[in-house]
Amino acid sequence: MCEQRVVGISDRSVSAAPDEIVTFALGSCVGVALYDEAARIGGLAHIMLPDSSLRVSHGSRKPALSAADRMKFADTGVEDMVAEMSSRGASVGRMKAKIAGGANMFGISDSSALGSIGGRNVHSVRAALGRLGIPIVAEDVGSDFGRTMFLDLATGKVRVKSFVREVNEI
Amino acid sequence: MIESYEELNDTHIDVLKEIGNIGAGNAATSLGVLLDEDVSISVPDVRIEELNDVVGSIGAPDEVCVAVLLNFMGEANGVILFLMTIEDAKVITNAMVYEDDDGMPGLSEMKLSGVKELGNILASSYIGSVASLTGMKISLSPPHIAIDMMGAILAVPVTEYGAADSRIMFACESFATKERRLGSHVIMFTDVETLTDIMGRLGLDV
Repeated sequence: MCEQRVVGISDRSVSAAPDEIVTFALGSCVGVALYDEAARIGGLAHIMLPDSSLRVSHGSRKPALSAADRMKFADTGVEDMVAEMSSRGASVGRMKAKIAGGANMFGISDSSALGSIGGRNVHSVRAALGRLGIPIVAEDVGSDFGRTMFLDLATGKVRVKSFVREVNEI
Repeated sequence: MIESYEELNDTHIDVLKEIGNIGAGNAATSLGVLLDEDVSISVPDVRIEELNDVVGSIGAPDEVCVAVLLNFMGEANGVILFLMTIEDAKVITNAMVYEDDDGMPGLSEMKLSGVKELGNILASSYIGSVASLTGMKISLSPPHIAIDMMGAILAVPVTEYGAADSRIMFACESFATKERRLGSHVIMFTDVETLTDIMGRLGLDV
């Protein structure tokens, strides 16, 4: 039975063929789709922020990152999804990545924190994948519009839907 | 000292509701003048939500809306966001710019700039009333506009205020005229420091 799994903001889902995973309305956030074609196992993460060092500590309290917090950030979120896929039988060496999102929704100047967050998310996701040796085979990033991303686990194909443009298959 | 949104108590929330009420009430009055119609606002709502639940509490993530975003800064820092349906944006801007655009899928350039100006007027009314209530000096950025999926729009303030916390606070109101409920919202996001300052200025223990 084919199931559609929905990934929220700073969340992930890992599953196997023939399921489909979707994450709606990526703005400055970046969707990371990983797929192991041989095992037909894949995962989709909705990354919100570039780096876990961005987490601000409140006063004297410095709680460790929870599993949910780790999914907010590119560095920790990508690592955790790769670990979950590996535990389900996928191999890091076979994984390929497709990424989408990282827009600047309001076209706010790149020099501001708000305007540059999309670009920094993309940069960090690329770096995190690079550290794990996972190649990025396709991407649909940047510009100023939102994207909904579907990962088909039967084929590894990713469809990117947006309001301003035709569906883009990557 | 409040260190995270979770620490706001019921009194704090009531104060924030009142601030939202006054701010959005003034914005509704400005909108009413523009439309030459009575515009009322919904019961003020202050929510503290998990990041993932923010969008769902307002609409569907892939619902397309017109959004105007302004940053406020100075002694208070945050974001004012106006969300409206494309239909509402057309109706509202008809009062400013007359164009026959019934068949058009989006908004014309003139109407886009009308919506931007509208955002400017409403945010100035909102923030102006917060400033006079608290005695804070607050300035506003120019308005930024986007027409896109609600989830991608709301991710902008959620990203800005969600780094420090697993939850986020926002004050949300919707507008209505006598004839109908407009699918429009005015939403205010602010940081924990600003909230602490506001409470202090209003004489509340924090």
